[in-house]
Amino acid sequence: MFETFYPQLIGLCTGALLLTSALMVWRHSLLASIRLLALQGIALAALVAVIGIAEGESELVLVSLLILSVKGIGLPWVLAHQSKASIKQIQESPRLNPTAALLAVTLLTILSYVVVSRVFGLGDNETGHAAPIGLAMVLIGFLLLISRRRARSQLIGFLLLDNGIATIAFLTSGGVPVLLEFAVSLDVLLVVLILHVFTGRMRTKFGGTSVDQLRELHD
Amino acid sequence: MSLVLWIPLVGPLAFAGLGLLLRNSTLHRFVGVAASSAVLVSGLLLVSAALDGTVPSSGGGMLRADALSAYMLGVVGVVGLISTWGGLSPATPHPTEDAAGYEALIALFLAAMSLAVLADSIGLMWAAVEATTIATAFLVGHHRTRRSLEAAWKYVILGSVGVAIALLGIVLIYAASVGTDTPTLSWLLLSRSDLGLDPALITAGGALAVLGFATKAGLAPMHSWLPDAHSQAPAPVSGLMSGVLLSVALYAILRIQSITNLVIGPEFLRIMLSIGGLLSLLVAASLLIRQRDYKRMLAYSSIEHMGLMAIGVAIGPAALPSVLLYILGHGLIKATLFVISGRILSVEGTPVISDVRALLIRRPGLAVPWLIAMAAIVGFPPFSIFFSEIGIFMAGWSVGLGGVVAAALMLLLVIFAAFTRLTVQMTIGAPPEGVAFTPDYSAHGPRLPIILALATTATVAFVAEPVGTLLLQATAVLGGTN
Repeated sequence: MFETFYPQLIGLCTGALLLTSALMVWRHSLLASIRLLALQGIALAALVAVIGIAEGESELVLVSLLILSVKGIGLPWVLAHQSKASIKQIQESPRLNPTAALLAVTLLTILSYVVVSRVFGLGDNETGHAAPIGLAMVLIGFLLLISRRRARSQLIGFLLLDNGIATIAFLTSGGVPVLLEFAVSLDVLLVVLILHVFTGRMRTKFGGTSVDQLRELHD
Repeated sequence: MSLVLWIPLVGPLAFAGLGLLLRNSTLHRFVGVAASSAVLVSGLLLVSAALDGTVPSSGGGMLRADALSAYMLGVVGVVGLISTWGGLSPATPHPTEDAAGYEALIALFLAAMSLAVLADSIGLMWAAVEATTIATAFLVGHHRTRRSLEAAWKYVILGSVGVAIALLGIVLIYAASVGTDTPTLSWLLLSRSDLGLDPALITAGGALAVLGFATKAGLAPMHSWLPDAHSQAPAPVSGLMSGVLLSVALYAILRIQSITNLVIGPEFLRIMLSIGGLLSLLVAASLLIRQRDYKRMLAYSSIEHMGLMAIGVAIGPAALPSVLLYILGHGLIKATLFVISGRILSVEGTPVISDVRALLIRRPGLAVPWLIAMAAIVGFPPFSIFFSEIGIFMAGWSVGLGGVVAAALMLLLVIFAAFTRLTVQMTIGAPPEGVAFTPDYSAHGPRLPIILALATTATVAFVAEPVGTLLLQATAVLGGTN
């Protein structure tokens, strides 16, 4: 029974991952991006749970709970930790307009399919076929990092990049050892907290959170 | 002996906790010194174990100290000691909470670097390198000025993204090992030749991992965070970051290289690292010529030296003993220079080179060690950096990388000229006329760590036993023969 659904479930989860990544590039509101990030965390946790059940590894189900709590709930909560009223008004004014950005997303996705099939050869199982999605997420994360101006939008780009790496890990090798997965989650959580504190300091020192203001240091 | 492996991890953390408890006493100033002493002592114990031919391991094989790890741990300890001891702040009657937190973060930083060199798992090593970014983030932003905030933001974003790329590489290397009988992240197992790892995955994984760790090692073109972070951080932190954190990232590259060499041969990483190394030298040369800030000058000097070390790593086993000696010499001298630069900054009140003049006449207590250390960093004998550079050039010539080495030598000459000009500008000359002054012989801080660091670097290259033996043993580890 589960075997017949398995390919569809993998497709559904990875599809959700790619869709949320593309929507993050398209939407300019910070709140929408954070909600999309939470959705993406949930989709990633579901993907891990599906792989875990299919391979009969209870360890992976545990990891999926860890991912759900960190990426699905914890990190978005930290990012949104500000009054809803003020966060709703925060609009990003990115360096790319939405059409160009979505076009770039399409190109990056095609590129990652080409790269993965040429370099690694697509695996003969369902998870191997979906692996390019992970690389596409990494590349889209880079796109967000370089095209966004606000500190917290850059942070979201970094988290998308990290989700992409996790996706590749789970699709190519059924995830890294649990200890490392735990260390990675902790590291990412701490980096986000640190950058969050810096964003707060930036607001008091510079009166805004646009990273364009950071240009006093140069040669 | 395996218990010693835990000292550099648990010791600093214990001292950090103690320092936080004693935050109202003046004792918390010594947390950094105590933590680095713990690392140094365990490093020396492990080095002597390695010389006896034993390889202690612990934690189910997660921690392991062969000759290379032991040597690197010793370097972390000794550079840590010079930086923290030399940077000891004068006792203040009312210590702030900030100061205790600062010392605790330094101890955490030392523990993270120790874990990075002791872990027998590229995964754990990765987590430890990322932990160094976390520990140093607030240290770089310690002064809470606009500039230090900018430096810290760039450092954390670029550092984390770089290290995330390394994680992607490690994930691919792990995926390659999943295809074999024993899925593993242990570099000891991965660098066995009979594993049959998939070459395509190892090529991609190795390239990404090296690229990621090269960001952390400050190699061009991923170096742009380094001058900002190293010039804005407090002097002891800059000394630690420049002197040893960059080398820890280079150590990670060495471990990755020992895995890829077996599967795809040395050519691929050799090209990558040669390009990175030459670009770093080029960046350093072009930005040092017109440099105006002496802390940034030291930061670019680190990019230069890391570039040359990367070329040494590209050359391979013939140059590795020189590279390892280089790591020690550069660490000690760079820590010394940053410590002195911190003292100059606090007494002169300006980081601008052209505002600091005639230091040799006005403040000989600072200018004399500064001049000696500068001579060491540009590569005058008898300091060990000279012998390391010669060793790398000779090795490069012998393996047929003469072109790369010749280009590096040309760039080094430019850098040498730039450094000489800037140092002369700061130290030599007469003070402005009509301004009364009395020569200041004070060192403005502990003298002993600076003397020790300079004396060690001046003599270490001549000690064949045990230093030479240790370096050869550490090189043998990377050849997969140990």
